[in-house]
Amino acid sequence: MRFSITRRDALILGGIAVAGAASPRPAAAVPGQMEAAIRKTIGDAKVQKGKVTLDLPPLVENGNSVPMTVTVASPMTENDRVKAIHVFNEKNPQANVISVQFGPRAGKAEVATRIRLADTQKITAIAVMSDGTCWSDTQDVVVTLAACLEDLQP
Amino acid sequence: MSARALINVPKQAKRGEVIEIKTLISHQMETGFRHGTNGRMIPRDIITTFTAKYEGEEVFSTTFFPAIAANPFVTFYAVADKTGTFTFTWEGDNGFSVTEEAKIVVA
Repeated sequence: MRFSITRRDALILGGIAVAGAASPRPAAAVPGQMEAAIRKTIGDAKVQKGKVTLDLPPLVENGNSVPMTVTVASPMTENDRVKAIHVFNEKNPQANVISVQFGPRAGKAEVATRIRLADTQKITAIAVMSDGTCWSDTQDVVVTLAACLEDLQP
Repeated sequence: MSARALINVPKQAKRGEVIEIKTLISHQMETGFRHGTNGRMIPRDIITTFTAKYEGEEVFSTTFFPAIAANPFVTFYAVADKTGTFTFTWEGDNGFSVTEEAKIVVA
């Protein structure tokens, strides 16, 4: 017996075929929509790398609820503080994730929440300071079970 | 629609201390990008804004998008400088509006 397909081989091949067929998704993100959303939110301001720390797990098993923390290095005084943090994604149907505004008495430029991720992608957090400068951090996240797009099962 | 909100604000704080505030509200946060069993899009139903005020002054506010997970959970900070009340307001699609309060004693 030189060439036979065992049950195990058949299962593996079947699995690959299913994974391949499932890849096209409805309402997929348009390339460049993240950049467009950033420009729409912060205007023409130049975005520099640094000051912002975006904390996300590198590997996500369930994209329906991903813990995310954004911290910005800032003294948070009346004249030198973070005014806003905006978070964007690359491949969800909509590029905005969250926008946060800090008042003068926010105390600490940090926010934590849970987000949805539809695919393996890049997430960018941009902080707008009181002097008008913008700082950013970007993280890559690998998502094994996607959120947002799965339909209800009959 | 009734929504249950959980709020964690320290009962007491020292003057000038930076306190951590955690809020969670029950809401499905329907994205508007999913199809129902009849093949039609399920319309979007999310909370769009959350605002935290401390004695009437806004300390923190967010704009939510469909990318926020169901039952939005937010952790943020505030400087405790006087005894008073925090007011938290969530507003969203279909006239959703919930307001909760929490008191803090600053020594």
